[in-house]
Amino acid sequence: MYIRFILIQNRAGKTRLAKWYMQFDDDEKQKLIEEVHAVVTVRDAKHTNFVEFRNFKIIYRRYAGLYFCICVDVTDNNLAYLEGIHNFVEVLNEYFHNVCELDLVFNFYKVYTVVDEMFLAGEIRETSQTKVLKQLLMLQSLE
Amino acid sequence: MSPSVRLQEMIRVIRSARTQGEERGLIQKECAAIRAQFRQSDNGARTHNLAKLLYVHMLGYPAHFGQMECVRLIASPRYSEKRIGYLGAMMLLDEKQDASLLITNSIKNDLSHSSQHVQSLALCTLACMGSAEMCRDLAPEIERLLGASDSYIKKKAILCAVHIVRKIPELGELYTPLACSLLSEKNHGVLHSAVVLITELCERNPDTLRQFRKTVPELVHIMKGLIMSGYSPEHNVAGISDPFLQVRILRLLRILGRCNDAASDAMNDLLAQVATNTDSSKTAGSAVLYETVLTVMDIRSESGLRVLAVNILGRFLLNNDRNIRYISMTSLQKIVQTDHTAVQRHRGTIVDCLKDQDASVKRRALELSLALVSATNIRTMMKELLVFLSTCPPELRAHTASGIFIAAERYAPSQRWHIDTILHVLITAGGDVRDETVPNLIKLITTASELHCYTVLKLYRALITDISQQSLVQVACWCIGEYGDLLLKGECDDIEPMQLTEDDVLDALETVLQSHMSSPASRAFALTATMKLSTRITNNVDRIRSIVSIYGSCIDVELQQRAVEYNALFKKYDHMRAAVLERMPVIDKSSPGDTLGDLTGEVTKDSSLSKPVPGGSTLPLEPASQAFDLLDLLVPSVTVYEKGGVSLKLQCDSQTETAVTLTFTACNSTQNDITKFTLQAAVPKSIQLQMKAPSGSVLPAGGHSAITQTVVLSNPSKTNLKMRVRLSYSNQGMVCQDTVQIDSFPSPAWT
Repeated sequence: MYIRFILIQNRAGKTRLAKWYMQFDDDEKQKLIEEVHAVVTVRDAKHTNFVEFRNFKIIYRRYAGLYFCICVDVTDNNLAYLEGIHNFVEVLNEYFHNVCELDLVFNFYKVYTVVDEMFLAGEIRETSQTKVLKQLLMLQSLE
Repeated sequence: MSPSVRLQEMIRVIRSARTQGEERGLIQKECAAIRAQFRQSDNGARTHNLAKLLYVHMLGYPAHFGQMECVRLIASPRYSEKRIGYLGAMMLLDEKQDASLLITNSIKNDLSHSSQHVQSLALCTLACMGSAEMCRDLAPEIERLLGASDSYIKKKAILCAVHIVRKIPELGELYTPLACSLLSEKNHGVLHSAVVLITELCERNPDTLRQFRKTVPELVHIMKGLIMSGYSPEHNVAGISDPFLQVRILRLLRILGRCNDAASDAMNDLLAQVATNTDSSKTAGSAVLYETVLTVMDIRSESGLRVLAVNILGRFLLNNDRNIRYISMTSLQKIVQTDHTAVQRHRGTIVDCLKDQDASVKRRALELSLALVSATNIRTMMKELLVFLSTCPPELRAHTASGIFIAAERYAPSQRWHIDTILHVLITAGGDVRDETVPNLIKLITTASELHCYTVLKLYRALITDISQQSLVQVACWCIGEYGDLLLKGECDDIEPMQLTEDDVLDALETVLQSHMSSPASRAFALTATMKLSTRITNNVDRIRSIVSIYGSCIDVELQQRAVEYNALFKKYDHMRAAVLERMPVIDKSSPGDTLGDLTGEVTKDSSLSKPVPGGSTLPLEPASQAFDLLDLLVPSVTVYEKGGVSLKLQCDSQTETAVTLTFTACNSTQNDITKFTLQAAVPKSIQLQMKAPSGSVLPAGGHSAITQTVVLSNPSKTNLKMRVRLSYSNQGMVCQDTVQIDSFPSPAWT
């Protein structure tokens, strides 16, 4: 029913963002990251964007060298979350002005803020890109 | 001073490390410096230190010494410090850490802070990692915030409430009254969160579900507004206004409409409208359509709507996007049982998907194809499935093979087709079929008596081409042994004839016997077949005799035993050889036993003298066991049922290691005749049951004559014998039924 975790990884397996909405131990988290990486990087364009993983489902999309993965229940609507990923990436793009991987590395705490604006408690929270951007710019001015 | 400057310097330095060891060294140095600084409680640099620590944590290094620092930073009055502190809390603290309880008070204070940004930080953290105790403490605060005027805070508070309800379902009652009123909000974000909250409450508690059914008209109204409204730039995704909200509302409608006619009626129009008006050229539209289809299938919708939904799924199947084809097949799988004819229309496309490159799409297509096989399309479907079998990935082979067998058994148009299909599967994927295939196929072959010649020729050809597929080898050996004379005659209608000498046939069997690829079971089959040929051929009996005597000293005990017995048959019992090795009678399909819980055991009314035959492996012992069929009246019998004047006795006729023959005797001691007396029996799955025809179905009054019925149980795995018997009869017009469980069986008169 809800998102278990959101993961952004690059092709080499380095985590650029990990947001967990379900309780896991530290070593479980590490294992999950490795497993997701193993499952997702072997797939290419001729595979679907959905993959069965343990007793969940991973919906992922590749943008340049980064894999954006969302882990949900098997009963959830795949296409809606796929759109959610794209929405999120578009916001990142706007916020960082043509985002690239280095932006996500050097400003990781800002990326977390974006995630928290758009997703909360394992659900999609705000879908309007304009509203999210407005809020982010306001937060930035407080720094 | 923003934390970025020194943080970015550190990041750059770490990234420039060339090896893993160098990176580790750098990080250890940094961590030591950070730890020292934490102890000093240096005000200015606290934020950058924590930020650096969080970066290190993201790379995978341990960072738990930063937890107390997070707690301290959260309590600080400055916004920038609070921000990093909360981020640190979300990353480093989780429910299991004790330090998380320490921030409860800070969160409580921040929830009532004047600045909405601070409030939102607190809400965010609580929703992300709030443990059950924290949630309980802060639940009333959240309730207060649900009524806040600021929509920004409100939507965060609602999602926080969702998290609390997930952790502590009882607190759901706290939020139920407010949830209804939230639906009248205009702000999409708040609306979305409210729908999520209501969904969560309904899923946890069926009473709340009933309460929320009243909101169905309101939800329908909101959806209509979304579909009909013009272009709204804020929430527009590829031409659909706020598809996320639409999907959530549809999902809630599904939960509310399930098993409830009134609610389902209210949404019928809306669903039809969404289904027809939504543009599915982009993923967003498809997402909404997909959710609509799922909802239609789940609620009590009218048939027109269901047909519309299946058509949408069919349209998805033709879509170029593989994702959409995949999810459409997943849904079709769920409805193929109930709406079979509708799904049949799309059979062609589904079969095409068997050739897709993605393994998960292939698997879905396979399952759907197997579910769609029917008597009318069996030939075409089988062709496709056989082609698929030869090219499919190895993990799907076993499943495909067993699916093909089940389909062939159910819908085979002719026996020859059936045999051909099974042979084809054995040749292509013989290593992946289940063990029961061999005896099942043998049974099938014996029943098709006019095809014996055709079958044995085909099998012989397959055998000499390839002896690596064990199941094929076993069936071929059995047939050659059984029908060797037909093979040597060499003529047959439907297949080109082969001129074979007896030596050729014996060569083939000997190759199997000697090959290292043959399993012990296959070699046993080959040896028995060689022996059987001794009565069917004329010239080379000596060759057979020598083969058999060689194997009398084989290391494999099973082969050795057989060879010695066959040898004995040659030497001492030569007069019996022809009778022992003659052609086997037609094997009847024994009715499979059901589990003890299911009482639909069949009563087969066949009167032919069918002897239970476990494959061809113990052939020489077969004729001897027939001698046990003598009913001795002094054999002890046990009364297993006695009620209302009807009594049922059980006696055991014979008992071997793996088979038991029992006889039931029913007696009637009332004053009235009992008619339509039948027995049904159920046994555990591992035991096979065969009931012979009863002697009659009428029990005359006074107990003058009885009905007897013989039952044969075959127990190859030697599990404990248990049986449940149901009697049903008609007494003076009343139909009576009773069940009795039998756990212990009487021993036979001799052991």
